[in-house]
Amino acid sequence: MPEYSDDLIKQVLSSVHTVAIVGVSANEARASFFVMKYMQGKGYRMIPVNPGLAGQTLLGEKVYPDLNSIPDPIDMVDVFRNSEAAGHVTDEAIAIGAKVVWMQLGVINEAAAARAERAGLTVIMDRCPKMEYSRFSGEFGWVGRNSRIIDNRRKSLGAGRSALSRDAIGKGKGTL
Amino acid sequence: MNMQGSKHADYGFNTLSVHAGAAPDPTTGARATPIYQTTSYVFDDADHAASLFGLQQFGNIYTRIGNPTQAVLEERVAALEGGTAALATASGHAAQMITFHSMMQPGDEFIAARQLYGGSVNQFGQAFKNFGWHVKWADARDPESFRRLLHAKTKAIFIESIANPGGIVVDIEAIGAVAKEAGVPLIVDNTLATPYLIRPIEWGADIVIHSLTKFLGGHGNSIGGMIVDAGTFDWSRTKKYPMLSEPCPSYHGIKMHETFGDMAFAITCRVLGLRDIGSAISPFNSFLLLTGIETLPLRMQKHCENAKAVAQHLSRHPKVSWVSYANLPNDPCYGLAQTYCPKGAGAVFTFGVRGGFEAGVKLVNSVKLLSHLANVGDTRSLIIHPASTTHRQLTDDQKTHAGAGPDVVRVSVGIEDVADIIADLDQGLAAA
Repeated sequence: MPEYSDDLIKQVLSSVHTVAIVGVSANEARASFFVMKYMQGKGYRMIPVNPGLAGQTLLGEKVYPDLNSIPDPIDMVDVFRNSEAAGHVTDEAIAIGAKVVWMQLGVINEAAAARAERAGLTVIMDRCPKMEYSRFSGEFGWVGRNSRIIDNRRKSLGAGRSALSRDAIGKGKGTL
Repeated sequence: MNMQGSKHADYGFNTLSVHAGAAPDPTTGARATPIYQTTSYVFDDADHAASLFGLQQFGNIYTRIGNPTQAVLEERVAALEGGTAALATASGHAAQMITFHSMMQPGDEFIAARQLYGGSVNQFGQAFKNFGWHVKWADARDPESFRRLLHAKTKAIFIESIANPGGIVVDIEAIGAVAKEAGVPLIVDNTLATPYLIRPIEWGADIVIHSLTKFLGGHGNSIGGMIVDAGTFDWSRTKKYPMLSEPCPSYHGIKMHETFGDMAFAITCRVLGLRDIGSAISPFNSFLLLTGIETLPLRMQKHCENAKAVAQHLSRHPKVSWVSYANLPNDPCYGLAQTYCPKGAGAVFTFGVRGGFEAGVKLVNSVKLLSHLANVGDTRSLIIHPASTTHRQLTDDQKTHAGAGPDVVRVSVGIEDVADIIADLDQGLAAA
């Protein structure tokens, strides 16, 4: 598993706003659907990308066939594809000027990561943004997850989902 | 809101015992973990409720499934054991029930060491039989005896790290290798060792079970159990564990392992096991157990120091025929104890009193400081004669196999002055 500092991951999650989620499923039992819905609830704009669903609407957002077809600027590309396919998605992400490429749990493409980093992008591999958000916001502790975090300050949690925002995970050092 | 959380890797065991899982209360700033004495939690709206019930988002729903005080306890023990996640239950027995419920179907088998807590021998051999779950008994001192019992229907191997009541230290790594070859999870009951002495995940355990009632809580005031998921077992490699690998009808066809990855077992135990079986821990017990864990390292040091002194004394006592304590140099488990628990061999051990069953009964009737009761891991020193109490239901053969023959007396050495404990045993033995 690649190593990333907590500061880096917090910095990514607190600095991006518009996220293209490539390979998202319309099946509500799939992890990609969970992630899109969850991240929307935390205030991120999630734009679904899936050629098989192109033109349809998923969780209130129009589905695009590929990254290049999205008219809005994209901060981060979340890759729900296998490691090999992640290579092409990464190249598209570089081409559209995304700042971050995030590959999901189990997705690792070192060559693509190197290309993206050379182009000035930040790359996270083999992680889930929902899990990382839950870990930093303290929600993960609600199901006994070992967050590996000790904290001596109170979090802005406890008043339910509507009170949560991207601020709940705290800011990393600096911005991207 | 700045968050200065730091990684556990930076902190030692004592620090984790005090802090892991806890943070100041978000609403009040309370520094001690509050007792959230509530049954239920409001939803923001129907969509929020749907997300929680669909497992698309984690949150509090109902205290039978989870509670914020309980959650701190769970993360604390998960951190101390080095697991990915944990689930607290009403008792250690409930933890075992839910663990096996998540992996067994009628007609399935599992292999357990026969050197177990008598309550576990009963649960596995009696209650589980009614579900069609069949236990096969192996010898904790012989890893090959587990291999000989492997069968296509075998779903798991179960051992205690330090076995109750005999205090024997088990070769976790060797038995773990048998489990790994067979493609089944190794479940280790780490109650008597606690993670202060042994961290079974580091030796190959896939699941760690606790009775928190004992040394973790440590004060003899609350019953509780824990299941820790190591995150190491591949539940989807075969179809032997359908509750984890196959679409789950009560959650819209979610596959637990695919969705929850390295904490799939802990989540399955919560949302399918605890949800339906119902053996939830109370928030107040969670609070007391959590408070107990803060002093776990200090207490375990003193327990082990006292136990060693008592065992040494008894081993020279004319009324005592043998002492089974792994930290005595001539004990058969001494080598394993040096490997697995160099900080100490725990505080529960057995010895043989000359005069057999009658002498054992006289001893427990004569002590004045040690408490005659069916528990271990209290601050107080405890004594019991298993053949007449905890192991009474077993056959003579089972008693002997379980280390609970007629002359056997078990002590759980507390943290009082060791001279007082020894003096009380001496006067009791004089009467026996």
